[in-house]
Amino acid sequence: MADHISLTLHIWRQKDRKTAGKFVTYQVKDVSTHASFLEMLDILNEQLIAKGEDPVAFDHDCREGICGACSLMINGRPHGGQRATTSCQLHMRLFRNGEEIYIEPWRATAFPVIRDLVVDRSAMDRINAAGGFITVNVGSAPDANSVPIPKELSDRAFEAAACIGCGACIAACPNGAANLFTAAKLAHLHNLPQGQPEKLHRTEAMVSAMDAAGFGSCTNHYECEAACPKEIPRDVMAEMNREYARAAFVHRDRSDKADGA
Amino acid sequence: MLNLDARVPSGPIEEKWERAKFEMKLVNPANKRKYKVIVIGSGLAGGAAASTLAELGYDVACFCFQDSPRRAHSIAAQGGINAAKNYQNDGDSIHRLFYDTVKGGDFRSREANVHRLAEVSVDIIDQCTAMGVPFAREYGGTLANRSFGGAQVSRTFYARGQTGQQLLLGVYAAMSRQIGAGKIKMFPRTEMLDLVVENGRAVGVVVRDLVTGAISSHSAHAVILASGGYGNVFYLSTNAKGSNVTAGFRAYKKGAGFANPCYTQIHPTCIPVSGDYQSKLTLMSESLRNDGRVWVPKKKEDIGKHPDQIADSDRDYYLERKYPSFGNLSPRDIASRAAKEQCDDGRGVGPGGRGVYLDFRDAIKRDGEDRIREKYGNLFDMYERITGENPYRVPMRIYPAVHYSMGGLWVDYQLQTTIPGLFCLGEANFSDHGANRLGASALMQGLADGYFIIPYTLGNYLAGVQANSLADINGAAFKESETAVRARLDKLMNIRGKRSVDSFHKELGQIMWEDCGMARSKESLERALVAIPKLREEFWRDVTILGERDSFNQSLEKAGRVADFLEFGEILCKDALVREESCGGHFRVEYQVEGEAKRNDERFAHAAVWEYTGEGNEPIRNEEPLTFENVKLATRSYK
Repeated sequence: MADHISLTLHIWRQKDRKTAGKFVTYQVKDVSTHASFLEMLDILNEQLIAKGEDPVAFDHDCREGICGACSLMINGRPHGGQRATTSCQLHMRLFRNGEEIYIEPWRATAFPVIRDLVVDRSAMDRINAAGGFITVNVGSAPDANSVPIPKELSDRAFEAAACIGCGACIAACPNGAANLFTAAKLAHLHNLPQGQPEKLHRTEAMVSAMDAAGFGSCTNHYECEAACPKEIPRDVMAEMNREYARAAFVHRDRSDKADGA
Repeated sequence: MLNLDARVPSGPIEEKWERAKFEMKLVNPANKRKYKVIVIGSGLAGGAAASTLAELGYDVACFCFQDSPRRAHSIAAQGGINAAKNYQNDGDSIHRLFYDTVKGGDFRSREANVHRLAEVSVDIIDQCTAMGVPFAREYGGTLANRSFGGAQVSRTFYARGQTGQQLLLGVYAAMSRQIGAGKIKMFPRTEMLDLVVENGRAVGVVVRDLVTGAISSHSAHAVILASGGYGNVFYLSTNAKGSNVTAGFRAYKKGAGFANPCYTQIHPTCIPVSGDYQSKLTLMSESLRNDGRVWVPKKKEDIGKHPDQIADSDRDYYLERKYPSFGNLSPRDIASRAAKEQCDDGRGVGPGGRGVYLDFRDAIKRDGEDRIREKYGNLFDMYERITGENPYRVPMRIYPAVHYSMGGLWVDYQLQTTIPGLFCLGEANFSDHGANRLGASALMQGLADGYFIIPYTLGNYLAGVQANSLADINGAAFKESETAVRARLDKLMNIRGKRSVDSFHKELGQIMWEDCGMARSKESLERALVAIPKLREEFWRDVTILGERDSFNQSLEKAGRVADFLEFGEILCKDALVREESCGGHFRVEYQVEGEAKRNDERFAHAAVWEYTGEGNEPIRNEEPLTFENVKLATRSYK
């Protein structure tokens, strides 16, 4: 394996939401194979700045695969397609010298482009604001060990809670559906005893918010599961569908509650 | 001179917080909605404060530069969160956590604050569990614990190697609930560029919308800064790329004292630098030191060899040798310096000889690979993705890196800065960690400040403020701030020089790391104090920022932050120069006994608080004396 490689990049450039975008081709030379994919883009940007050209805008922050900010479609696959890896953790040793790479923003109706490779993912926050929480005020919690939770359940909840909210599942879906993202949050909370009291309401509220935010419908392609950098299993979607069906029969509107809360 | 009255309540230390809570003034529940509170930052401290204040009924606005509050850098904390639950029946108590933290901080923190932190630590675990944070559990269904550096009890709660993520998602959930209910107005992708002070009180902020570039003013009855640490002044650190000192530094320029900037934590276990393109350093959680053994070859001729070919008798497990009672779990400052010492001695491994081994061979032999994978799987995977090496087969190579800042805005017992109405929480304040933070204590402090302390102390402040006194954003104070903010942005845009923002940031980082890093001396600091102003002058002459001011412009965002780092770095070095002692993360080579830090309690048992005195003027160094009534001042020993 060569220590340094040169690449041809085709990068989506778009000034803002309203302006049409296009691919622009760039050459980067002598990139260390130990560099990360985002460091390769840093190198490109330094080259562009030196030439007086606008650097490529892309979202990133922690660069260690946990904040969920990075969001690159690399050669048509979210985060580049390496198993369980975000764009920032993708390293150049996986690419060949002379390779051509296509880099695009997340593609989904619910994710409008802000600039170049940066998209607006606030629709995901709106799903969480509809029900992705347990209603418990600070100060009213019982002792943490007063409710024993079987390790298996706790581990399942953790697996689902590992979602970093990057949106790769949505970008991978041919329908732009947010089912894996929404179902992961539901599975996290519903595998825990603390999540039970609001289960039906939460399921309904989050699914409605998902629809309202402009995400597509799931038709079971499971591209989401393959793209997820945290390997959230697709079973969570089955759990969501079951609870959603149940909620349709046992509907309780929270505004009807006797205490008027 | 700044007023540094810490307002610590009287009475025995165990009763201070109870007493303070009772003595605090309250705001009538029906009046709370009339008070507007601004929170800057949505991490553990800011997010917890925003959601809890909204639960109480205050009208909250929260700002973060990330695209969602869920991405605040608390998310990257790996190892765990301490709490004095004593679930393990191994001798823990509130007093022991208090004692360990004061000692771990090398006797440079305020006793009363630390004790309060230890007291509320137990409530944090209860609260987070009730909110659905999936902490690790035993088969019987109870919570699991592990050990962390600087402690001889198992008091750390964790969620695999992603504890920060799970705690932050808990905070984000609590915020989401209040955002959905309309009690928090959330402003993502919005950066605070100035603090507005009117009649001596903090009354609002001026912010920039990072998508459109629009500048706007927001007024409030109180402002809370929870904007994180300043480790990125070193360019390479474990901080997220966006982490910056701007919010705190703008407040400093408006009159808030900045305490102990020289207390920076260098974390011993990070993946070493691999090349000049390096953009950040990745931490390998301290929890790995529960099972990993740190060593270097005894003989210099063994350095190029594969570790398997180096016999046990030829390995120097130097932490176990030097600190037999704490061994591999020695505190961070001590473990970092020991690693540097080995490498300076020419026994480091890997590229440039800047690395030591963290070896799991014995743990895998003892417990099996599956058990180790269960505990640390995600960290091992991350290591392999970054380095291309499999740590189940070859020992990890690690080296110290900048990780955390103990210094920050000075706050009193109420968490209020020297500007009335401006509060500061979490890593952004000068905190409870003294000169060195123990592992798993940052998450504890962020949540303690946000969930359990500010809800009381803010009420106490607001009870003395008229609800109908909201400052007018069309008034002179706001207009003046807005004009200054715009002028600074224009100035940056109009330089049109030749060098990129990153190139300046990297150069500053090199100066800071070489001259004000793990080992500091009068000579190196004086060198830095010449180099930094020179670099700053060059920045304002030769930086280039492409694109437009009023649009999405990542270079402009970075430029503003780097400009602040270029001023802040100088104060950090000044602070390090004046503090002629070694304590915790601040190691002056002139002050040591057999390689260990040598404090000077007679001259330096105080917090140093820097006061801004105007552009081009020397800042004034103020002192808050620290007294130790409950923990006896002693030389720290982990031997």
